[in-house]
Parts: sequence; C-alpha cells; structure tokens
Amino acid sequence: MLAGAPRATDGSRPWTFYALGGLFALFLLFLYGPMLVIYVLSFQGPNGGVTFPMVGVSLTWFQGILQAGQMANIPVAFERSIMLASVVSLLTVVFSVAAGLGFRRNFPGSGVIFYLAVASLVMPSLLVGFGIGLGFKFLGIDTGMFTSALGAQLTWTLPFGLFAMFAVVNRFNRAWEEAATDLGASAWQRLRHVTLPILLPGIIGVAMGAFTLSYDEYARTTLAIGPNNTLPLEIYALISSATSPTLFAIGTVTTAMSFLAIGVTLVVVLRMQRRRGLAAPKEG
Amino acid sequence: MTSLLQAIGRRGAASPRELPRLRLPSWAVSWIQVGPLALILIVLFALPTVLFLVVSFFDYDRVGIYPAFMLDNYHDLLTTPATWRVYVSSLKFAFIVWAITLFLGFNVAYFLVFHIRTAMVRTVLFLLCAIPFWTSGIIRTIAWIPFLGRNGAFNQILMDLGITSKPLEFLLFSDFAVIVTYVHLFTLLMIGPIANSLAKIDPALMEAARDSGASRWQTMVNVVIPLSKTGIALGSILVFTQVMGDYFVVRQMSGGQSASIVSMLSTEIQAMQYPPASANAMVLVVFVAIMVACMMRVVDVRKELVN
Repeated sequence: MLAGAPRATDGSRPWTFYALGGLFALFLLFLYGPMLVIYVLSFQGPNGGVTFPMVGVSLTWFQGILQAGQMANIPVAFERSIMLASVVSLLTVVFSVAAGLGFRRNFPGSGVIFYLAVASLVMPSLLVGFGIGLGFKFLGIDTGMFTSALGAQLTWTLPFGLFAMFAVVNRFNRAWEEAATDLGASAWQRLRHVTLPILLPGIIGVAMGAFTLSYDEYARTTLAIGPNNTLPLEIYALISSATSPTLFAIGTVTTAMSFLAIGVTLVVVLRMQRRRGLAAPKEG
Repeated sequence: MTSLLQAIGRRGAASPRELPRLRLPSWAVSWIQVGPLALILIVLFALPTVLFLVVSFFDYDRVGIYPAFMLDNYHDLLTTPATWRVYVSSLKFAFIVWAITLFLGFNVAYFLVFHIRTAMVRTVLFLLCAIPFWTSGIIRTIAWIPFLGRNGAFNQILMDLGITSKPLEFLLFSDFAVIVTYVHLFTLLMIGPIANSLAKIDPALMEAARDSGASRWQTMVNVVIPLSKTGIALGSILVFTQVMGDYFVVRQMSGGQSASIVSMLSTEIQAMQYPPASANAMVLVVFVAIMVACMMRVVDVRKELVN
C-alpha cells in the first residue's frame, strides 16, 4: 500500500522504519514525561510541595479544586469556561461550516476574506484582545464574557474552523450532491440529507477543536474578559500568587476529561461509520 | 383559461429545477454563506487593528490619552536598545524552535503517514500526539518546572544512571528551558499540516521514483519534500507566529533573564500607556505580517487549501 521505502517480499521493514519509530517513541516520551510528573505530583501529600520528593499520598489537592479559595474560585471559573466554550463551539460550527461550503465556489471578495482569516489566525493573540478592549473603551461599553471575550475567541476559532472545513470539504465528492439534485431533492433536502451527514465527522471535529481552543484560550481573552475570569485566567492568577499542587491536580483532571471526551467521540464516530457502512456498503 | 392551461402544461414539461423558485446567482449564495464569518472578522479583528493603528499616533500622559498625530511613540520605541534586544532574542527563539519542530514534526508525520499501515493504529498514534494539546498551555508550561528543576525528575534520572554526579543547574529558568517548553507546546502545529500534505501524496509517485532508480534520499528530496511544502509552510507560519506572540513561556521559564515582545507590551498596557503599547503592537504586527507574507510566497497556500 503506502510505501516510503523499498519493501522486501517477506514483509520485513526497512531500517528507516526503526529509525523513525525510535524517534517517534522518544517524542512521545518527551511529550508525556513532564505530564506524568505532574500527574504523580497532583497526588502529593498535604504537607508536600510542587517538587519532588513526595510527602505521602493524598487527594488534598483535588479537594482544593472544589473549594473556593482566596485567590481563585476554580469551580465557578470552570463553569464559566464550559459555558463560554459551548457558545463559541456552536457559533464556530454554524459559521465556519456555512463559510466552508460557500468557499467551494469562486466569488468576488473571496481572496480578501481568506487573507483576513489568515491574518486573524496569525495575529499575536494578546493584541487581538488589546484591540477589542480598546474598542469597547472608546465606545464606552464594559467588556464582558459574552460580548468582548466571546468576540475575541471567535477571531481565533473561526479561522481555525474555516481551514479545518477546507480540508473536510476537499475530500467531499460533489457527485453526491449532483445525484441528489438529479433525483429531485430541493436545496434544503440536499443539504439536510446528503451534504451535512457526509461532512458530519469533520463537523464534529471542528466543534471539538473550537471547544478546546476556547476552553484553553488565555492570551486573547485576558484583556477582553471584564470582571469574571475563565478557568485559564484563574489558573494564571493562581500561578502568579502561589504555586501549589492544586495546579497539577487541575492538569490531571483536565487530561482525564480530555481522554473521556476523545473516547466518547471516537465511539460515536465509529458507530456512525458502522451504521453508514450497513446502510451503504460501498462508500466513496 | 386556455392560456392558464398552457402555462401549466409548459411548467409540467419543464425540468423540476426550473420550477418558479427564487434562484440566486451562485456568488450571492456564497456571500450569504460566508457573510457571518466575514462580518465577525471585520468587526472584531480588522476594526480593532485599525483602531490601535490610530491610537499609536496619539499623545498621552499619566491621566489619559489625547487624539493627535505624532510619531513620537514610534521614535521612542525604535530608539530604545531594549526593543532591539527583545526582537533579536525573540527571533533567535523563533528560529531555533522552528528548526527543531520542523525536524521533529516532519519525521513524526512521515512515520505516521507512510510507515503505519493500518488506519486505526495511525489514528490512535495521532491522538496520542494530540492529547497533551488538550491540556492548558499554562499547565503544560509549569509541568516542566518539577521535571527540570534542581531536584527534578530529569536530574534524578541522570544521577541514577550515573551520567552526572551532581544536578545540572542550567536546565531550569534558562533559554534552554524556554526552548524545550516551546517545542513541547508547538510541535503538534507542525505535525498536523505536514501530515495533511503527506497524506495527499499518491504512493504511486514514490514507487515510480524508486522504479526509476532514485535512492531513498533522492525520493525524499525530489518527490516528498516538494509535494509537502504547503504543510511545511503552514506549520512554519503557525510555529513562528506562536513564538513571536508568546508572553507567558518566556516570562515563566527564563527566570527573568529574557523578555518577549508581547510581555514588554503587556507591561505598558497594564500601566495604561495605550499609545506606546499600540505603536509597539503595530511594529510587531507589521513585522509578523512581513515574515508570514515571505513564507506564503514560497507556496500559494490559498490555492492549495481551497482548490
């Protein structure tokens, strides 16, 4: 099938496979090494600190997440982050899927919008928040989570969603749509029963991507958030005041939740593919 | 009556697509579909950028800012040696991190796309690379502190293996720590676009190259790399702009020895010195824009992406 190098008939791998495989293993070690350290340290005993050695084992720092501290109120900030990320994710999906479909035709102004999206993506993040914060100040409007902060995050998730949609739409075979039209489907029926179902795995990817980008977003949000902090901003406040293993406990919980979210999505996508496989055994 | 019947008859004979339905020209449909996204980007990205371009010419004092047109903010900025130092140091970081992430990203992507034979294993391995990305960048940054510190895990391992007798000091709060953290944070930005380009290469091309007598290295240089340059350019743009726009990693990991452009800028914002901060921002934006434009000249990203 895919061959990067000469393949012997006995199925043995070329030396490059082992070299790159070794590099990949080292890369994973590099990626997870420090993460494993913080997972371990998040179970630090109540008298322990942010470095080794471990002073006993406890769940103290996980309880610390749930308590509203003096410096940071993690549960409330977490709730805000989830709400904001859900709204951002929804808007990103609707607008970037529509735009992705729109970009399949060439239209006057498409170049300008494309480069606007590129610029918005590569703009140093803090500056976007700075500009929006400044704009609100000039207009005399208070910055807030669902106004300026939402907007600041959309300048980041929308270009991401648009580019992800390009990749999704490129693999889409337009013959499906033409077939639907020839069979008498209206534009709406074609979208609802043909285009969207085929693009669905990609659309779920965009939704998840936008959600996590928003959930982790810090630099664009910080100057546009107003009085109420989201979770990353609250974490930042915690770091600047005092480092405690609570930060690591947050990291552990976040990772566990990521694994859960990925697992659930994988199961859903696999089920969808299987169902589709049953309905239409030959899929192009 | 007859004319009505005739009309119905004609209508029945026509194909269903010509039913009296509102048919917009195709460009108008595209505009409606792209409109909301374009509007948001114009209002929330383009206008604020224009705004701080305007403010960068304003006058200011300790109380407020005053509309004016003066170049003092730019003059002050560009004649301060600290500005140049910070730009040089950020560029140095950007270049080193770019080289390392390109090497790692390309090889990892190549391994995943061409050496892994089953789609399921490939997906799982790719997710393994992506999962740390889901954890907040702030937490991933400070995760290096207990790892690299004097009594950290890495020093312990080195001493247990007998490689060093006493802990290495340069690991944490140094340029080394900054680079390691950047690579940790941004390699995925390189892997994604490159893997996407590599996956589009028809394996038949590589077999053809081999059949024509090309060595592994020649196939790589003359076939694979030219065909993946869109991904390389995109990944490079992402990594470069992330490093140039960073202000958390340098502040946290260099131990106060280095500054970044944006951390310098955020100090001015906190001091409410908006006009100099705007001038600073403008210079950075122009600088990044020029670099990105150069990288985009290498390859027509738009043509490759949109098709």
